[in-house]
Amino acid sequence: MAHEILERNHGSAELMIIGMQTGGVGLAHRLADDIREIEDREVLVGSLDATMHRDDFGLRPVMPEASTEIPGDPTDKVIVLVDDVLYTGRTVRAALDAIHSYGRPKAIQLAVMVDRGHRELPIRPDYVGKNLPTRRDELVDVNDEGVDLGEVIS
Amino acid sequence: MADLDCGDIEQLLNLTESFAEVSERPIPKVPALRGKTIAWLFYEDSTRTRLSFETAAKRLSADTMNFSVSSSSVKKGESLRDTVQTISAMGVDGIVVRHSGAGAPQRIAEWTDASIVNAGDGWHQHPTQSLLDLYTATRHLGSLDGRRIAIVGDIKHSRVARSNAIGFAKMGAEVTFVAPQTLLPANIEGWPAKVTHDLDEVIEDIDICYLLRMQLERQNQAVVPTLREFHEEYGLTTARADRLRRDALIMHPGPMNRGVEISGEVADRPNAVITEQVTNGIAVRMAVLYLLLGSGLDLVDERTQVA
Repeated sequence: MAHEILERNHGSAELMIIGMQTGGVGLAHRLADDIREIEDREVLVGSLDATMHRDDFGLRPVMPEASTEIPGDPTDKVIVLVDDVLYTGRTVRAALDAIHSYGRPKAIQLAVMVDRGHRELPIRPDYVGKNLPTRRDELVDVNDEGVDLGEVIS
Repeated sequence: MADLDCGDIEQLLNLTESFAEVSERPIPKVPALRGKTIAWLFYEDSTRTRLSFETAAKRLSADTMNFSVSSSSVKKGESLRDTVQTISAMGVDGIVVRHSGAGAPQRIAEWTDASIVNAGDGWHQHPTQSLLDLYTATRHLGSLDGRRIAIVGDIKHSRVARSNAIGFAKMGAEVTFVAPQTLLPANIEGWPAKVTHDLDEVIEDIDICYLLRMQLERQNQAVVPTLREFHEEYGLTTARADRLRRDALIMHPGPMNRGVEISGEVADRPNAVITEQVTNGIAVRMAVLYLLLGSGLDLVDERTQVA
């Protein structure tokens, strides 16, 4: 995926890798490490908690818990948002909103480990680790070893 | 303050951290409370607390209404209860109350479904001030467990002293009130604080020197002989400030009377975190408003009671 990102952006000069809290942060750092190794130069990496920009406030308890660290001004950068699982797309929408309160990036791209479908918004990923067709009542767990698919037990 | 336990406070302080970050953004505004309306009901003058709450609400995108007591129906003799019910009939989600009567916010909470935040009631409590002080202190000192704080000056008339004694004690700190007998409450028993009349006795051991505003408007009650004498005995003079431990914090809820409870030079020292308290106040109040109005958490009920 690191190669794919570099290829598409002609190198890492303008890149800023932002991991979404909490699942995407580890992945963002791993991607950044890979890019660093390939390109042999520093790449900006940060994290974002978009809880406060969500649209389901009041519908369920939501707490911003994780930290947001945007490494510098995103204006005129290409932001690569990184998350573990892409589902309805609502978290991504919230993140797009959040990023704009920091500046006006040149472009925002989306990298996800797993795309499980069931989008509710016109959002599509630019880089996908794995397309994984799921039912809505299944749970997807991405960890260092791989991807687990489980049932919701109710 | 009394109904919150240590874990609640820690949760709130952690939440404050997230909101402090929001305030550092180029556009310091999140849509968390979009569509919510908050009314200010201030029966006592307050500029700083109200501005702080207002900034907090606006950074969360809430709409705010100001109910100015001096130019409203209250002047026409409307009771507090009717006023509150009128405001809540307009569909507000939260009311921030400052009232001269102790316990007024609790009463108000019984009359309305809106969430109530206490912005100071009489000599009783000032919870958000205490929370912002706890936040400021933990940012500098880490855990407050076992730390020593001296709260100095007009304890008797100070809701800040009451809230802070409870708050700091809950976080494990050792609280000492330092004041002349005339400025202590008549009944000090039951407060989680020790009492001394001698600031010099404790000055070298404390981690936080918390100074209270000398309420000059109460001077005619002859609680202290002269302000100059008060400054010599209980003020943080330059000489006393030099005896503080190097890493000890100097705190003050504002507004300061330079030359009375604190010497003008001391207030500008690097370990005086007084302006930082103001900045942190916004983040703390954002956290409180968010918890009450935005999060949908159970803590809401507790806070309504507490606040």
